[in-house]
Order: sequence, then structure tokens, then C-alpha cells
Amino acid sequence: MLSKSQARTFFLGGTIITFVIFLGLSWTSLTKEVPKRTHDENLTADVIAGKHLWEKNNCMGCHTILGEGAYYAPELTKVVERRGEGYMRAVFSSKTPWAPRGRKMVAHNFNEKEIDQLIEFFKWIGNVDLNGFPPKPDYNSTINTK
Amino acid sequence: MKYNSQKVAYWFFALSMLLLSLQIVYGFIMAFAHMGYDGLHPFIAFNTARAVHTNLLVVWILSGFMGAAYYIIPEEAEHELVNVKLAYIQLISLALVGVVAIIGFHFNYWEGRKFLEIPRPLDYLVVANVLTFLGLILTTLYKGKKRTTTALVLSMGLLFAALLYLPGMIWFDNQTMDSFFRWWVVHLWVEGVWELIMGGILAFLLIKITGVDREVIEKWLYVIVGLTFISGILGTGHHYYYIGVGKTWLVIGGIFSALEPLAFLAMALFAVSMYRKGEKKHPNKIALSWTLGTAITSFVGAGLLGLAHTLPQVNMYTHGTLVTAMHGHLAFWGAYGMIVFAIISYTLPNLTGRKLFDSMTGIVAFWLANIGMLGMTVAFGVAGVAQVYLERKMGMDFGDVQKEIQVHFFVLVVCATMFATGIGMYIYEFIRYGTPSKEALLTKD
Ligand code: HEM
Ligand code: HEM
Ligand SMILES: [Fe+2]
Repeated sequence: MLSKSQARTFFLGGTIITFVIFLGLSWTSLTKEVPKRTHDENLTADVIAGKHLWEKNNCMGCHTILGEGAYYAPELTKVVERRGEGYMRAVFSSKTPWAPRGRKMVAHNFNEKEIDQLIEFFKWIGNVDLNGFPPKPDYNSTINTK
Repeated sequence: MKYNSQKVAYWFFALSMLLLSLQIVYGFIMAFAHMGYDGLHPFIAFNTARAVHTNLLVVWILSGFMGAAYYIIPEEAEHELVNVKLAYIQLISLALVGVVAIIGFHFNYWEGRKFLEIPRPLDYLVVANVLTFLGLILTTLYKGKKRTTTALVLSMGLLFAALLYLPGMIWFDNQTMDSFFRWWVVHLWVEGVWELIMGGILAFLLIKITGVDREVIEKWLYVIVGLTFISGILGTGHHYYYIGVGKTWLVIGGIFSALEPLAFLAMALFAVSMYRKGEKKHPNKIALSWTLGTAITSFVGAGLLGLAHTLPQVNMYTHGTLVTAMHGHLAFWGAYGMIVFAIISYTLPNLTGRKLFDSMTGIVAFWLANIGMLGMTVAFGVAGVAQVYLERKMGMDFGDVQKEIQVHFFVLVVCATMFATGIGMYIYEFIRYGTPSKEALLTKD
């Protein structure tokens, strides 16, 4: 039967081994993969300022980005591709809460410069390689209307 | 209660209950907003309510853990807490930081990173606070007569939890890097070091309640926390599938996170078999219910409902939907909410010297809270699965889908009312016990 000291060795040994592997994998990811997949070279001052605005206003408190955040408002990683710049400008500059289907967004009153920065941020993040997320809808049967 | 300084635990538990009550209020605000009743929007927008809800959650759980440590460490180490005054200062500063952060959230004073919304300047206060706490606990342990495995595992969990807060304080220009390290805090907390804290408290309770030999209980404790780390550390990969890092994580994260439920299964089997094995029948049945309850519910909420969406093929569709909220609720409640309730139920009679544990109210509170939370989980789950099919599979617009699933939030509110009633009754009992007394030192636990 397992003794207490064997149990302790299992705990300590297992922890140390998996932790070392974890650090190794993280290092490879961060140094080799992230710069390429996220197009590090495109992180301009505007993109970074856009990220600041994203955080300062806690946009993640309603929306998701990279699939992380809240479930009250749409996922925004691919918003440039889905809605286009014009639509986004209208949302960002709206003086009253934007509420396309009744659900209200906070009216942030961003100025022109801030709007540009946010759009640059979304353009940058829209180009990150996410292994296929968000999935393309694949329901292709016909809907029976009769 | 054997040591006078254990009394400080009571006040951490009281703070914990107060913050939980507030958390529930903000939960209702969000549930109504999801139903379309957003009258509070100009004053408390959804993102404010959400930041308050989740941060209060973390603070009430941490306050409960701290109270547990202040009770357990002196008893296990057989030594009074080294500095009681400092412990009260730490309590007050914890409450102050919490209150300032919560008020700040109403005035756009935050850092919009999920679960880490507390702004940077306040983070430093959190660090100072936690260092004080750790200093007190570790010195007491060091000076004490005994260093039991239970006390060591609990302290180790608390120490690592503090260390892991730090990666969350680094600024990154790149959202992918930001997210990568945010998980070192969030994931490695709930699926790593917090499980050590939970395991330590659980072992303490089982020793006290079942009377099973300490050596046996502590041996299994090592096995459980071993399983936790072996699966949980590399299991972090289940958050790295779709955030802009490579495909290796799909394999590593998939395999190891699928093993994570084993630690929770072990915890459930452990609690139930120790209970069966125990000769002693402790009269505090309410503490026993919460102790067995936390072991079983955490297996369902974290283990099974975590497993349900942890494989990359499934997570591709459920990532960032209400399915996650379903799992988040039962996991947090079962593992960390209920363990705090268990330690409070066990310690209150000992701290106050009043043995009021035969009450019907306490039993009803247990069942109402748990059935209510299960119902909420089902409501979130149904809404989430419907969302996945309509939005991710069929391609309906987000807003149209939300209209379709509004009705499930009505069910959520009904179940949440039941949950809140249970919590209300529990807090009523808490108040009925009164505050810690001198006589408690003379009565047997
Ligand atoms: C007590 C333990 C646990 C707690 C408190 C917990 C809580 C949570 C929370 C709050 C989230 C949302 C995090 C965020 O988006 O920022 C989450 C996500 C997740 N959890 Fe857990 N969890 C626990 C254990 C587990 C286990 C054991 C598994 C797997 C078997 C698991 C699988 C997942 C997955 C796959 C996600 C990501 C969901 C998504 O892609 O949106 N969890 N968990
Ligand atoms: C009356 C009770 C409650 C209600 C009505 C409620 C409702 C909600 C709602 C509507 C959300 C936001 C989902 C979104 O982003 O759209 C949420 C988030 C959350 N709540 Fe609650 N809640 C309640 C109690 C609790 C309790 C007791 C816990 C923990 C023990 C908890 C833990 C969480 C967590 C971890 C999240 C974040 C989930 C995620 O991002 O995946 N809630 N809650
Ligand atoms: Fe996780």
C-alpha cells in the first residue's frame, strides 16, 4: 500500500516535472510563435493606444475578445471583417447609447483620434492567427418552410 | 476553540458574508439586464455590475480562506497567532481596498481585464495586505510546536496564490501576451493553488468531524494535490487554444485538462470514504453537510462541467459563450463557496461557544442554496447551448440570438431567488450565533 512519504514524492515530483515542461512550452510559444502569429511588427503606437482605451473603459465587461470577457455583447476579434470601419465609427461616436436590438451600449463619446486608435487596434487583432476561431457557421441543410 | 487568537477568524467570516450578499445584488442586476430590464444602465452599466460581481466573489472567497487560515494554523501549530493586532489591521485594510475598488468601478476607475479589474495602484495595496497576512501565518507556523501536513498544504496554497498574483500585474502591449499571463493568475489559481487551500481545509474538517486517523487523511491529501498539479499546470493549455499561440497547446491542453477532473473525483471519494470510515459522529451535522457537499458539488461543477467543454473540438464552439458562465457558477460555488461555508459552519459553534447546530433553518438553508444554484446552472446551460447552436452553428446574429434566449434568464432569476433565500437563512443563522466569547475557550469543540 502507498505510504505517506511515497504520496509526498508523487506530489513534489509530479509538480516539478510538469512545471518545468510548462515553463519550456510557454517560453517557446512566447518567443517563437506569438511574434509571428500576432504580427508583432504591426503593433504601432495607435494599436497600443487602442488597447489602452479598450482596458480603460472595461469593454471586456460586456464583450469578448479572443473569446474572453463577458457574454452581454458580441465577440469583437473579427469585428472589422464583420461590420466594416464605417459601422464601427458610427458606434464609437454615438452620443446616445448604441442599441441596435434594444440592448444598450455605454455612450463613450470618443473623439476622432481615439476612434482611429480603436479601429487600428481591432484591425491588428483581426489579423491574429487564432487556429480558426471564431468558427464559421457550418449549418448547411435547407430550412423547411412548408 | 483552543487559542484566544483564533477569534480573529470570526471577523473575516463576517466580512465574507457581507460581501457575498452584495455580490448577489449585482448578480440580479445582470440577470435582469439579460432579460431586457436594464433600467439601471445609466447608473450601473453591465460592465460595472459584472466587475463588482466577480471581484466581490474573489474577495469574499479570499476573506473566507484567510479566516480559515487564522483559525486552522494556530490549532494545527499549537501556538497563538504571533500578532493579533496586525491581523485586525490586515482585516480592515482588506475591507477598505475592496470597498474602494468597488466604488471605483462605478466611476470608470478600473483596468478592463477580466477578473483582474482592480486598478494598478490598488494592486500594490493588495500585495502589501497579502504579505502581512502571509507573514503572520508563516511565522506562527514556524514558531509553533507542530508542522502538520494539513497546515503545510494550506500555507503552501496561500503562498503560491500570492506569488501568482504578480504575473497579472505586468503590462503587455500585445493582447495575446496579456491573455497568456492573465491565465497564470486565473487558471493557476482556481485549477491549481486554490485546490491546495481547499484540500487543506477539507482535510482539517475531515480530521475534526470524522475522527479518522490524521496519517491516513494526510496521505490522501498528498495524492489529491499531486493529481491537481500534474493535470492542472499543463491544463492551462485549455485557455491557449484560440488566443494566438501555437497548435501544441491544443494537444497538451486537451489531454492534461481532461485529466483535471480526477483531482476533484479523488476529493469527492476521499470525503465520502473518510465519512464512512469514521467512528466518531460529530454532532455538527450542518458542517458535515457542507463538507461532503463541497467535495461532491465541486466534482460536478468543476470536474464534469469543466470536462464538458475542455476538448478543443468542443471549446471551438463554446469558447466565450454562456456555456462558460454555466460552468463558472457551479465550479466556483461548489469548490470555493461551499468550502468557506463548511469551515464557517464548523468553527462558529467553537468560536462563540454556542452550539446551535441542530437548527432546521441551517438544513433548509443548505438545500435551498444548493438546489437554487443547480437550477441557475441549468438555466445558464440551456441558454448557452442554444446560443452555441444558433450563433456559432447556424450563423444567426448575436443580438437576435440573445432575444431568443431571454426566457432562460427568467428561469435564472427564479432559481437565483431560491439561492439567495438559502444564503439569507444561512446569514440569519450566522448572526444568531453572536460574536466570539471568552467562554468559548472553556467549552469542548
Ligand atoms: C474549482 C475549479 C474551477 C473553477 C472555479 C473554474 C472556473 C472557471 C471560470 C470562472 C471560467 C471563465 C474564465 C474566463 O473566461 O476568464 C472557466 C473557464 C473554463 N474552465 Fe473552469 N473552473 C474550474 C475547474 C475547471 C476544470 C477542472 C476544467 C476542465 C476539466 C475546467 C474547464 C474550463 C474551460 C475549458 C474553460 C474555458 C471556457 C471558454 O473557453 O470560454 N475548469 N472556469
Ligand atoms: C443571485 C445569484 C446570482 C446571479 C443572478 C448571477 C448572475 C450572473 C450573471 C448574469 C453573470 C454574467 C454573465 C455575462 O457575462 O453575461 C454572472 C457572472 C459570474 N458569476 Fe454570477 N450570479 C449569481 C451568483 C453567483 C455566485 C454565488 C457565484 C460564485 C460562487 C457567481 C460567480 C460568477 C462568475 C465566476 C461569473 C463570471 C462567469 C464567466 O465569465 O464565465 N455568481 N453571474
Ligand atoms: Fe482553466
